[in-house]
Amino acid sequence: MSHAYDGHVRHYLDHAATSPLRPAAREAWLNASERVGNPSSLHTSGRAARGLVEDARERIAAALGAHPTEVVLTSGGTEADNIGVMGAFWARRDTEPGHTAILTSAVEHHAALDPARWLARHHGADCVEIGVDEHGAIDLAHFADAVAGAAGRVAVASFQWVNNEVGTMQPLVELVELAQRHGFPVHADAVQGVGHMPFDFAGSGLASAAVSAHKVGGPVGIGALLARRDAQLAPIAHGGGQERRLRSGTVDAASAWAFAVALEEAVSDLSAEAARLAAVGERLERAVAAAAANAIVHGPSRPDAAPHIVHAIIPGAPGEALLTALDLAGIDASPGAACTAGVIEPSHVVEAMGYNATAASQTLRLSTGWSTTEADVKALEQALGPAVSAARATRSAG
Amino acid sequence: MKVLAALSGGVDSAVAAARAVEAGHEVVGVHMALSRNRDEYRTGSRGCCSIEDANDARRAADKLGIPYYVWDLSDEFHDRVVTDFISEYEAGRTPNPCVRCNEHIKFDTLLERAQALGFDAVATGHYARIVIREDGTRELHRANDPDKDQSYVLAVMGPGKLARAMFPLGQMRSKAEVRAEAAVRGLGVSNKPDSYDICFVADGDTKGFLERALGTRPGDIVDENGEVVGAHAGAYGFTVGQRKGLRLPRPAADGAPRYVTSVDTARNVVTVGPETLLSVRTLSGSKTVWLADDVPAATPTPCSVQVRAHGAAVAATVVRDGDSVRVELDEPMRGVAAGQSAVMYAGTRVLGQATIDR
Repeated sequence: MSHAYDGHVRHYLDHAATSPLRPAAREAWLNASERVGNPSSLHTSGRAARGLVEDARERIAAALGAHPTEVVLTSGGTEADNIGVMGAFWARRDTEPGHTAILTSAVEHHAALDPARWLARHHGADCVEIGVDEHGAIDLAHFADAVAGAAGRVAVASFQWVNNEVGTMQPLVELVELAQRHGFPVHADAVQGVGHMPFDFAGSGLASAAVSAHKVGGPVGIGALLARRDAQLAPIAHGGGQERRLRSGTVDAASAWAFAVALEEAVSDLSAEAARLAAVGERLERAVAAAAANAIVHGPSRPDAAPHIVHAIIPGAPGEALLTALDLAGIDASPGAACTAGVIEPSHVVEAMGYNATAASQTLRLSTGWSTTEADVKALEQALGPAVSAARATRSAG
Repeated sequence: MKVLAALSGGVDSAVAAARAVEAGHEVVGVHMALSRNRDEYRTGSRGCCSIEDANDARRAADKLGIPYYVWDLSDEFHDRVVTDFISEYEAGRTPNPCVRCNEHIKFDTLLERAQALGFDAVATGHYARIVIREDGTRELHRANDPDKDQSYVLAVMGPGKLARAMFPLGQMRSKAEVRAEAAVRGLGVSNKPDSYDICFVADGDTKGFLERALGTRPGDIVDENGEVVGAHAGAYGFTVGQRKGLRLPRPAADGAPRYVTSVDTARNVVTVGPETLLSVRTLSGSKTVWLADDVPAATPTPCSVQVRAHGAAVAATVVRDGDSVRVELDEPMRGVAAGQSAVMYAGTRVLGQATIDR
């Protein structure tokens, strides 16, 4: 999408961070925001608000192959991941104290990785981070070893569906199959895949999955934990007991409604849109190769990859300089990795893929979505070559 | 011009950037992350590299409507400034880290990166003036406000870098005027406390910082006759001219205060003596950076010389021979420490600078 910001045209290629609000979702939110009433109130206005929430829940469930009861509305993906990991750990420990192992991967989003690490530091969890191959895919043999090593002690396993930095799809089917044979639940961070690839919660065998509205063009501030009825979960925050007693706090009816509208729109034409974005992604891959012949590119042209993410390690081009140059050229892009006070940290994902800290800070992530246009692709094709040259020049300078 | 404004998060750099915008330049703000430990919020008035400072810089850029980026120069800062600071003390000299930061970070790494990205100049909130003569020659001058003047720590950048530097605050009459202007412009940092001391020694305890870096190395304090008069925990922690913190068990025979007159870290000996021994009439310096091609000082040339960041300049005569300078002082000066910069001025104009050898 090209849009004007402060009089300058911007080309937005950072949908994996957040996707622009879909017009239909904005309309839905505005309409719903005029309603009065707490969905937990028993009076007419309250029941009307509750009706809106339940309609939204049913539509979200239908879009994701889940039963409405399985949809627990949260404040977003991070909260859903925290309940999915910490809630599962605490529930399991309460019934079977010996189950202290958490199996996860080294390339999880911090929303899922940090709760596991926190449990290890503060609550005696034994957290095992499974390694990945050079493309960021979880090593199934390592997982099998870890399962054998922690046999009879696993509280929960937590794996992402799609890696948010490099777009690699994880082998969830195989991971879940092994977990089921050993009788422990699997939570999936599905935030980055939903809306881009078909998702069927009922058929997945997962105990729980985290999804977020704003990654699919819904509002920021709402998401959901899909949780099987028999999933053993404890709440991580305590209060009024809303949302199956798993997520206390007044439900945001307007946002839930807009979430449902955005998600429905995202999945309604999913295969055609995925094909469109994959074709765009392949052009972005070529643009990276043209700008830097020695770049290491992960994009949708390979198997088992999401259609909307193109990631590159560009030797000699510091990420912060490259992003400065692209930003000044009107392109909104990302290093992929997290920032602390504006400083880009070396990517833990790229390091887990076997690269050193230098390579892990020479990264670029381009991600597309519903509003991406031909003009955005052309702008990137024109801007990337000079931006890479400028970024490389900053490295020889000083 | 395309101008990169260095935004520390303080009031000076914010107003400098605002003035560059107002002058019609295309300005982009960059905050340099210099500390490896950024997980800190500001406590007291010290420091320049906390998360809060980065947030303040971002808000200033928002207010000015300019793009804003954070560049992580913490590795360069550590290697070129912090490490140098420690090794200079370890060698018995007294470094000036602000000079090294201007030399290696602001007017080297930052300036070169800015140029690679297409910027014509770097603007900072330093108090100094650049005067452009009719023939295009650039001169570096003291700021209008003598109390805030920072030309002493800027002279090291040399003529080539001076051509790509902007100091929009050089004409300001006082810091109060800068703060008032910040308030008028709606910049939230208008009443933010000044930063003092050395930014990477957050608690202001330089001796403790050096002790953590270098460990304790107990040795003798001797007087001018070589007689042991006290003990120290590491000669590196002393500076020529220092009087406080010597902890000598007995006063001098004449009862006069004693000062550090030399620091020999190779032998780990600190020598003390009366104030008269501190006086010098001659300075020699090396690593000379000369900013005034039209005043080459190949023959004895009158000037004034300043040897500390906040010291007064004294009348002198300088002779320059390539990389070296020799300065004859009109009046004796005391407390001249090797490692510090000597900056030569003609009136308000900076002629050049050298690192004092002795």
